[in-house]
Amino acid sequence: EQTDQVSCKHERPSRKNIPEPRNSGQPEDEDASTEMGEGLDEWAAAKTLIKPPDQLELTEAELKEEFTRILTANNPHAPQNIVRYSFKERTYKPISYVDQMAIHFSLNGNMILKDSDEGRCQNARLSTEADSKIISEEAAGEEEAEETGTAEAAEAAEAEELPPPRPKERKLANQFNFIERASKTLNNPLRDRACQSEPTPCKNFSATANQWEIYDAYVEELQKMEKSKEKEKPRAHIAKKEEKRRGRKSTSLESQSDDITKVSKAAKIMERMVNQNTFDDIAQDFKYFEDASDEYRDQQGTLLPLWKFQYDKTKRLAVTAISWNPKYKDLFAVGYGSYDFMKQSQGMLLLYTMKNPSFPEYIFSSESGIMCLDIHNDHPHLVAVGFYDGNVAIYNLKKPSSQPSHKSSAKSGKHMDPVWQVSVLFLSSNLLLFMWNLLCLQNELVHTDVIKLSVEGTTMQGPEGLQLQTFGCGTSFDFHKKIDYLFLVGTEEGKIYKCSKCYSSQFLDVFEAHHMAVDAVSWNPYHMKVFISCSSDWTVKIWDHTIKTPMFIYDLNSAVGDVAWSPYSSTVFAAVTTDGKAHVFDLSVNKYEAICTQVVVAKKKNKITHIQFNPVYPVVIIGDDRGHVTCLKLSPNLRRMPKEKKGQEVKKGPEVEIAKLDKLLNLVREPAGQAGR
Amino acid sequence: MADTGEGKKEEADYKRLHSFPLIRHTDMPEEMRVEAMELCVTACEKYATNNESAAKMIKEMMDKKFGSSWHVVIGEGFGFEITHEVKNLLYMFFGGSLAVCVWKCS
Repeated sequence: EQTDQVSCKHERPSRKNIPEPRNSGQPEDEDASTEMGEGLDEWAAAKTLIKPPDQLELTEAELKEEFTRILTANNPHAPQNIVRYSFKERTYKPISYVDQMAIHFSLNGNMILKDSDEGRCQNARLSTEADSKIISEEAAGEEEAEETGTAEAAEAAEAEELPPPRPKERKLANQFNFIERASKTLNNPLRDRACQSEPTPCKNFSATANQWEIYDAYVEELQKMEKSKEKEKPRAHIAKKEEKRRGRKSTSLESQSDDITKVSKAAKIMERMVNQNTFDDIAQDFKYFEDASDEYRDQQGTLLPLWKFQYDKTKRLAVTAISWNPKYKDLFAVGYGSYDFMKQSQGMLLLYTMKNPSFPEYIFSSESGIMCLDIHNDHPHLVAVGFYDGNVAIYNLKKPSSQPSHKSSAKSGKHMDPVWQVSVLFLSSNLLLFMWNLLCLQNELVHTDVIKLSVEGTTMQGPEGLQLQTFGCGTSFDFHKKIDYLFLVGTEEGKIYKCSKCYSSQFLDVFEAHHMAVDAVSWNPYHMKVFISCSSDWTVKIWDHTIKTPMFIYDLNSAVGDVAWSPYSSTVFAAVTTDGKAHVFDLSVNKYEAICTQVVVAKKKNKITHIQFNPVYPVVIIGDDRGHVTCLKLSPNLRRMPKEKKGQEVKKGPEVEIAKLDKLLNLVREPAGQAGR
Repeated sequence: MADTGEGKKEEADYKRLHSFPLIRHTDMPEEMRVEAMELCVTACEKYATNNESAAKMIKEMMDKKFGSSWHVVIGEGFGFEITHEVKNLLYMFFGGSLAVCVWKCS
């Protein structure tokens, strides 16, 4: 290879000596500089001339001979004697100017103006072509270099092949249209911001671990485990035993371990709160509403309906008894049964409170319809109930069971017919009048006969020459508030008997009161001598028990279901009739007419069966034969106190009430007495 | 001789009885605690003779599971006073003679 290269270089200058138009433009220094280190001898060798083969062989003398030759601009071949006919002079005249130019070679140029459109176009095309060519040539060059294996050769090749650097083309700007413009945008000012995260909370902890500590810890743990095991064992035993016991109990008692019972109290409170919310307006009426129109009405008053109490299971049953609880003034008991004696079904005893009108507080159901009920005065949790089948029972509200705590049975002195009224003392309808004493301490019902009137006894002459009917039914009774032994019995045939506990076989007195069954009798709460009675013969009568004729008689145009004295005034009483009306009377205001007569049931066919005054609040409750109980508020006119006279003290208390009623009665007594005479 | 025999027996008993992991102090949440404890037990059982490897294994696993910068000390007797991130400390005994302290502090 080395020799090859060298020979190649030897040849090169010789080639260059040949006059070649292509190589003439290249600077000779390049070659010289690259080949400086080659030695001078080579130059000498390169001077040998190469002669063309057809050169004339000339001698030295011939070669040195000088030829002088003058070059002129005259064309030697041009003719000197050219003549041309002149028509002006009518002769041939020689032409002085002869064309001396001789054309030896002509070539049409293919150059284009640089600035012309065509030139620009071509320029652009050439430049792109040249670029691609350069790239391909470079690649080729590199390949060549690799082939030769020397960097120098590659460089030389590149130098030869690279075209001279083309001046970069400049875009021409229109000198008339060109404006240079500059603008500067506003840089946003920089801001610094920093925040710091809270370090994770750390704590220190230190301890020492060594063998005895580890040992102690393990021993302690083991002891604990053993202890807990020991504890668990007896517990398990006890639990098992208890379960057994409970199992025995539950088989007999039916365990009611519903989870709901645990929250029953909370649930009850919630229920009351919800009700208080939903019935808020009614509660407000109950407490604060006073009918303002009463002032303009002179004497008349109204009843404002408040809550309505109803329970799904008692829809078909009639309210047969109502009683306020003497201790809890918002609580009342309602007995359900049926007055249609052909269609008797089961009975219900419900206890409602005004605080929760949507659902009863206590629910007791019984097989037989309830006919009457009473709540014990001293023990307000005991409710006595008389059934249609003649039994009496006592329910204890403190016990959760739905069964009565006491119940009379056939052998312990059952009545033969519906129990018409039950009190702390009880009464049956076949005029075998029993007195049921409730002895709480002995936990049993004891009945003592107050009066025995057998069927035979009714036919015999009474001591006062009284002819008793062959068959009489007691329907209601009331004990005197003060005189312990005295009590009244209303009967089905319309008579009222004044009786005493002391004489079990005789009456003290008989009133020929009504033509039909006496539905209710009631002593006046203030005046000792006065009682009221009502009957299905449409009348309400007020009596003095010492006088055999009634003091007042009111005809209400419909069978009277119940009558009740008000607890706040001796002269006010209310009566309900089967046509759905409630009548409130105040004798001190109007002796002849009711001061309020109002339809108080939703439908006209509903018959009102019972009415009761609340002992404290100015409200009454009314029960009808569809099982509804309605609470009504008495308007101010219905509970008006005597008007204050100037300078006089208004007296209050039972004496005043007695005097008030006495005054009224005195008006009636005189003519009544005269009539009696 | 009888004494020593009994002693051996007692020791065996002790080993058998005290093989369970006993957490001495921790403020980890329940889930993390259970996992860390199980990890410690596994590591100590795997490298019963080499506490260093056990500690390394625990540390690496804890780093993977609960984020970096965990520290583990295993030994039969040592005292320490450390600063740890709250809810990231477990100090437990294992196998009747080993104390393991695992905590996180970055």
